[in-house]
Amino acid sequence: MPWTTIEVEKQDKFYIKDDSNESRIISYKDAIYEALDQSMARDSRVFIMGEGVDDPAGVFGTTKDLHKKYGADRVFDTPIAENSLTGMVTGAAMAGLRPILIHSRMDFLIISLDQLVNHACKWCYMFGGKVKIPLVVRTISARGWGSGAQHSQCVQGMMMNVPGLKIAAPATPYDAKGLLISSIIDNNPVLFVEHRWLYKTMGNVPDNLYSIPFGKGMVRRKGTDVTIVAVSYMVIEALKAAEKLQSENISAEVIDLRTIKPIDEDIIFDSLAKTGKLLITDTGCKTGGVASEIAAIVAEKAFHLLKKPIERVCCPDGPTPASDVLEKAYYQDSESIFKKVLEMMK
Amino acid sequence: MLDNDKLIELYKVMQTIRLVEHRIEDEYKYDEIKTPIHLSIGQEAISAGVCINLEKDDSVIGTHRSHAQYIAKGGDINKMIAELYLRKTGCSMGRGGSMHLIDPEAGVLGSTAIVGGSIPIGTGVALAAKLQNKNNVTAIFFGDGAVDEGTFHESLNFAAIKKLPAIYICENNSYAINSHEMVRHSTSIYRWAEGYGIPAYQIDGNDVLKVYDIAKKAISRARRGEGPSFIECITYRWKGHIGTVNDIGEGQRTQAEYDYWISKCPIKWFRDYLKGIGVLDDNMIKSIDEEINQIIKAAFEFAQNSPKPLPSDLLEFVYAD
Ligand SMILES: Cc1ncc(C[n+]2csc(CCOP(=O)(O)OP(=O)(O)O)c2C)c(N)n1
Repeated sequence: MPWTTIEVEKQDKFYIKDDSNESRIISYKDAIYEALDQSMARDSRVFIMGEGVDDPAGVFGTTKDLHKKYGADRVFDTPIAENSLTGMVTGAAMAGLRPILIHSRMDFLIISLDQLVNHACKWCYMFGGKVKIPLVVRTISARGWGSGAQHSQCVQGMMMNVPGLKIAAPATPYDAKGLLISSIIDNNPVLFVEHRWLYKTMGNVPDNLYSIPFGKGMVRRKGTDVTIVAVSYMVIEALKAAEKLQSENISAEVIDLRTIKPIDEDIIFDSLAKTGKLLITDTGCKTGGVASEIAAIVAEKAFHLLKKPIERVCCPDGPTPASDVLEKAYYQDSESIFKKVLEMMK
Repeated sequence: MLDNDKLIELYKVMQTIRLVEHRIEDEYKYDEIKTPIHLSIGQEAISAGVCINLEKDDSVIGTHRSHAQYIAKGGDINKMIAELYLRKTGCSMGRGGSMHLIDPEAGVLGSTAIVGGSIPIGTGVALAAKLQNKNNVTAIFFGDGAVDEGTFHESLNFAAIKKLPAIYICENNSYAINSHEMVRHSTSIYRWAEGYGIPAYQIDGNDVLKVYDIAKKAISRARRGEGPSFIECITYRWKGHIGTVNDIGEGQRTQAEYDYWISKCPIKWFRDYLKGIGVLDDNMIKSIDEEINQIIKAAFEFAQNSPKPLPSDLLEFVYAD
């Protein structure tokens, strides 16, 4: 059954050393499960709804059997109606609950934009702060094997344009757990961006409840020659590229933004003050995306720190092809980052 | 009543779909079809019964599970298999894969992997026929999952108001991935269509003659300019949602349910019926299979020997010329 042996299953387990001293090492997927489990145990207002959340597979294992533990009133399957479901969780949130809605592919989020953009994210503002919408929308960019144009999009860049929305894009298991907990306790709509290729990433994760502030990035690797700002899964590729650059005597600093709305600007400027060179890498398309926004911030506020033009490593501006040959050309990886940095160093 | 040639044609179409799907299933383990597949084994009677009534210039629009409609509407099987192999010669030039099949010459205008996406698109094709004073009909295929979406309700309302030449065909196999219809629908699906003032039928989707009859009626009505019809076909997919798995077991469908539906095989039933009335005999059955197997052999050879796209072709087709 090749579909179950899609590329992600063939990936090595990538280990990320985190800012936790905890000796327990778990996967990104298990970290998400644990954040949901502990948040539900802690707060009876938290509930999960979405297509197939009580399915035996449990959204790639992240909700597996939670309905058995917390009951069918708190974890339940729904009709396939993304837009209205988003409106319903918005209503439930304004009425005092803390809903989590899951899209097993980020592509389906697009169907819900009316309720999310026109309603959920503006409600607090439109009514002068009288009501809050503590809502979490989990989306999984399920990049895979021949998934094609409607089953593999990473549209977090598009979503950055939505006022009133916060966006988390954790790359490590520690962040996945901590940021999901922060998202659940936040009083605003939060888009929680996951990438299927991160699910096997391993890292140190404390077993207690903890949260990570929005807008606080992390330096994943220290360096002095070039700054690589990476988002979501591209953190892994950036770390691999930095390792390879080391053997070329190039010292790359890798910054993981962790949340892309808000963005930790200072961590980028501090790094640029050392390196003077910036490469930005995101899983989405290039034009009008996350990398564009970061480049604009730097051009606006830290132009004086740049010794070279900014470079972006993103997917090209086309839909995802199904062909394996074209997929390989389409997706960017450590190799494309490595090559781009070599050019920047000339 | 159908004449013998038509009866045999119906049988051939169903058997072609079945044998093509079995071959895809067999080949899938070799990892050369590098894209998700959704098989229609068990649901063949619906596409066959509907499409035999359609003219070349009529259109079909489908979903992630569209191999059957593509074949029944006369799509090029070589190009379909080549698309599964993601080759340059595939019907979507290797950009789409099994969920995005197209053959405009045969009236197959594409298929979408967004649940509910086929319904407004197909409604729009029917709208165009009406606005251009053409006599064409559009058959819009979708699963029971798609009627959960707003697009279903919004489109049916629109089609009813505008009296569009559209036939909505719901292939109700009870499941959307593993979610049963019971947790998704408050009533029988065809009743919703009735609510929009559209003539609606709920029929045994495994009885190809029944499907043929009702589709014929609906299509003639659309051609006369009297508006859309809705056909809910009760059926079952033998395979799991995706790939070649079966989805039987705890939290999924039961073995007993599965066995019941295997016993209701639409092709076996029709074959026995045709034998009973003396239209088919064992020799004919054998020679039909041989004929189909030749087509399949040629299609797989064509696909496997076709070139893949080149990396430099990546951004071709992002915009039309
Ligand atoms: C808008 C949207 N939401 C969710 C999905 C995920 N998904 C793919 S197929 C499917 C079930 C479809 O069921 P049904 O329409 O009954 O068709 P079947 O697969 O049974 O033929 C779902 C939920 C999707 N592709 N598109």
